This record gives sequence, structure tokens and C-alpha cells, in this order.
Amino acid sequence: MKIVVTVKQVPDPNSAHVLESDHTLARDREVVLDPGDECGVEEGLQLKEAHGGEVILVSMGPERAKDAIRKGLSMGADRGILITDEKLAGADAFMTAQALAAAIKPEQPDLVICGTESYDGSTGMVPPILAELLGVPQVTFAKKVEVSGSALKVNRQTSDGYMVVEAATPALITVTAAIAEPRYASLKGIMAARSKEVKQLTLGDLDLERGESAETIEAIADAEARKAGSIIEDDGTAVDQIVKVLADAKVI
Amino acid sequence: MANVWVYAELTEGKLQPTVMETMARARELGEVTVIALGTGAKAAAATLGKHGAKVAFVNEDKVFDEFLAEPATDALAALHKEQAPDLVLFGFTSDSRDVAGRLAARLGVGLISNASELEAKDGGFVARVPYFGGAKVATMRANAKPAIVLVRPKAFEASETGGTAEVKELAVTVGDGSKRARVIERVVEASEKVKLEDAKVVISGGRGMGGPDNFPMLEDLAGALGGAVGASRAVVDAGWVPYSMQVGQTGKSVRPGVYIAVGISGAMQHTVGMKTSKVIIAINKDPEAPIMKMADLGVVGDALKIVPALTAAVKAKKGQR
Repeated sequence: MKIVVTVKQVPDPNSAHVLESDHTLARDREVVLDPGDECGVEEGLQLKEAHGGEVILVSMGPERAKDAIRKGLSMGADRGILITDEKLAGADAFMTAQALAAAIKPEQPDLVICGTESYDGSTGMVPPILAELLGVPQVTFAKKVEVSGSALKVNRQTSDGYMVVEAATPALITVTAAIAEPRYASLKGIMAARSKEVKQLTLGDLDLERGESAETIEAIADAEARKAGSIIEDDGTAVDQIVKVLADAKVI
Repeated sequence: MANVWVYAELTEGKLQPTVMETMARARELGEVTVIALGTGAKAAAATLGKHGAKVAFVNEDKVFDEFLAEPATDALAALHKEQAPDLVLFGFTSDSRDVAGRLAARLGVGLISNASELEAKDGGFVARVPYFGGAKVATMRANAKPAIVLVRPKAFEASETGGTAEVKELAVTVGDGSKRARVIERVVEASEKVKLEDAKVVISGGRGMGGPDNFPMLEDLAGALGGAVGASRAVVDAGWVPYSMQVGQTGKSVRPGVYIAVGISGAMQHTVGMKTSKVIIAINKDPEAPIMKMADLGVVGDALKIVPALTAAVKAKKGQR
């Protein structure tokens, strides 16, 4: 089975985030493969191990996003495609999905695997837009996937449990962190990744133009902080003080 | 007056609470048309009339219950051909997200996702959107028509205004090409007596609880307070508790009267889901944990000792009355 996994390079969740004056990310900071996408790569690799085939990583970003693809290749993916073009700076979910769709379509994958939402943008909108543009059904929030021929059976996470969804390939799924524990790249994997193909594409290669964004970012500010209250050491009176706060809030 | 649509997501015949919350703002932005599809659509129309909807398009075909995203997208796209809304609102819930994304692609417009605030400004719409797990907030102006905006749960408070929506049947033919992702079973795992999203008191546990074996003491406290138990992403990812308990950016948003964070450090991706709680109490070993800086009362100490003592004290206090 031919599997495409979309991957994104994001600011390291464990480092401070700095924005440029045009509200795009200062990507010369610490960047990593999105932790959610690592789960997607892992699921792709497990499906390939069970059913045979190929795992292709597709990303959009500046040239250094190649590092995120390399990370996935070192885990075991077969090859990569990076869409990189200065004109794509600050692209919204729709533009991003258009570029990904144009790069993915010629590959004619059986399955496209995306993360549920990126760590940095958190819009969660690229996968459903991508599915529509590719003309395939989507099953989002997958926490378990079974493949049998062209039949897919997916446990899709819901707010109070899960639903079982059936679909046929070609299809797109988004995966949660529960789907698979990402493997560590072995030294052998890291060495092998160096010689794996990463094809670079521009907007022109994809026959696309940068469209107008659906939104204009007028400002970005630090989130409003709550005012700190009092901090106490538990000297034996902590429980009484908590009870007082609960009583003041009229919950007891 | 702006023509505002609200997609009235139904789950097994029941309206998602986020729909009512969204109505509270939608009716201030223009004249509201709701679209309710599948089992329970007509009852939903009556409910949403009370929340300020002027018109309700309904279709009770079971195809909307049985198949994900695509039939609903077909219905909305068909209605869009007949009338041009200025603004289309969805809840930022998993089912609505799927429909919103597909609709945006079909109409060839973008969208604004995950909005925590939305207002009319200079003849258009401006939303505020948390970024980087809630560390930053972007102010965004919608450029497209229609502007498609997804609203975070708990962003607005639902309230009834009284009124009746004019109910119209939405005629739509859903072809086999849209019957592709079929729901064959729904499994409920959550055993919660009080729903996390609706609880007046939420007690959430994180890594500082030491392990899943210590979560029952949070259940005991929740029982005494009539509240519900939540969790941080770290312990859900670690498999201690099910995802249905997760509070945060990738979990549930809550807005209780009191939020008690036990052994939770307070990563942005958690706090974005609970920081609008009226009162926050944190219990943590680390006085430098970020949660301490936003708590009304931060207690530095051993949660495993404090929680059972607190449960006993709450029970005693309630017993006195």
C-alpha cells in the first residue's frame, strides 16, 4: 500500500517562540518535527510493515524543513517531497492544503495520514480541506486503524469514547497520539536517511499561484495572563484554606 | 443586516452545547439561520429558536447520522447556492471541523479556526485565535465571503432569549459518492457521573499524581464536591486515564466555578482549556510551576496527602449543615 504522511516542522514546544514583524515564525530558532506527525510517521511505518508498500513524507516549509523530513526518513520512511517557495511564507490552511494536494495527487496514494492538528497553528483544518481537494473521504481523530485489502476500519476518538468507522481506500486519516508510540531512529536509520531522496518543488512546479489569504493577521499579542493569587506552603493549614476558597466560591 | 449561518451539529439527535454558546454571539452579529441535519433536527430548530435563530433549515434524513462530513457538506453547499451568507459559524468540535474544512475547500475560500472571540468591526468580522498552545493570541480579520469561522467550546455563554425559528425543509440529494465514511458503532467509555464540560467543580490530575492508581482519590474529592475529574495531556498520553478526561488545547475546554489542578505543571496547552475558570486552586510540589502563577490559591505540598484530607474536610463541612 502506498502511504503519504504529511509532516510539518514546528517550533520546539520546549523553547520560547519568537515572531518576526510580519507575524510569521522566526524559524531560525529551535525547530523539530511536529510531535503529532511523529505518530503519523510511526503509524505509516507500521502499516507498511504489515501490508508492504511505501511511505512517502510530504511537507511544506522553508528549506530547513528538510530536517523534519530527514527525521521521518531516519525512522524508516522511504522518500520525501518538500514544497518550498518564498511565496508560501505565511500561507493559511487553504493555501497549504492546495499545495499539499498538488504534490500528493500525482503519487496516487492509497492512504494519506496527517496529524490531528499542528502544534503551532492548531487550526486542524489542513486535513479536511486536503481530503476534499484530493476527492477522498476522511476519518479524523483515528486512534486505531485496521486495513484489510482496500477496506479501512478506524476507531475514531469522540468526546466520550470512540466510534467505529468504515471507509475504503483511497482515504485520508488524521491520527491522535494514542495511535502509536513513535520509534527512535536507529544509527543505521539515520545513516540510511542521508541517501534517501527528498524532492523539492516550488509553487511553479505545482502549477499553483499564491492566492489571497482568508484572513489578515492584524496583531499578535501574548495571551492575557491571569493575576497570580497567593502561594502558600502546606504547613498543616492548607486544607482549611482550600475549604475557605471553596466556601467563598459557594461550591460547598 | 449580516446573514449569519450557524451549523447546528447533532450527535445522536442531541445538539452539541457549543452550538448554543455560538448562538449567543451569532445573534449579535446578524440575522441567524441555523442548519440542522439528521435525527433530532426539528427539535433542534425549536431549541435554537429560543436562542435567537430566525430561520432553521432542517433535514432529518438518517444519511447525516450514518456518514461523516460529506453529506452535511453537500447540504450546506447546496444551500449556499441559493443564498449568500456573510458569515458561517461552526463549533470547533471534531465533527464540525470536518464539515467546515470540506465546505471551505468546496467554496474555494479559507477559514478562521479555533476562535475564542468574534466581533463585528468596520463592516467585517474580527476573531481572536490562540496560538502556540495558547501562549499568544492573534487578532484576525476575515477577508472571504462567506467568512467561515470555527468557535472554541466555552468561548461564549449560552443563554435563551425566547423566540421561534421559522422552520424550512432543506431539500438535498446526497449521492453515493458522499456515502464513504460510515459510522457503524458508537462506544461510550466515559463513566463520569457529572459531565466534565458542565461540572461546577473540576479536579484535574497530572504527572504529580504519581500514577493511575492515585486517580481514585480525585474521584473521591469530585464525589464530595459534586464535580468531575479531568487530566493533563501528559497523563492521557501516558495511558493513565482515557482521552475523554483530557483538558486543554487538544482536549476539552472547561469553565467551572472552581478548577483544582493537582500535580499539573500548567503547560500552555493545558491552561488554554481551563484558564477562564472563575477560581483556580493549584496543588503542586514545585512552587515555580507555571500553574502557580495563575492560581488564585497555590498550595505547595504533597498532593497525595492533601487531597484525601481535603475530601474528609469537605465531607465534614457538608455534614455540618
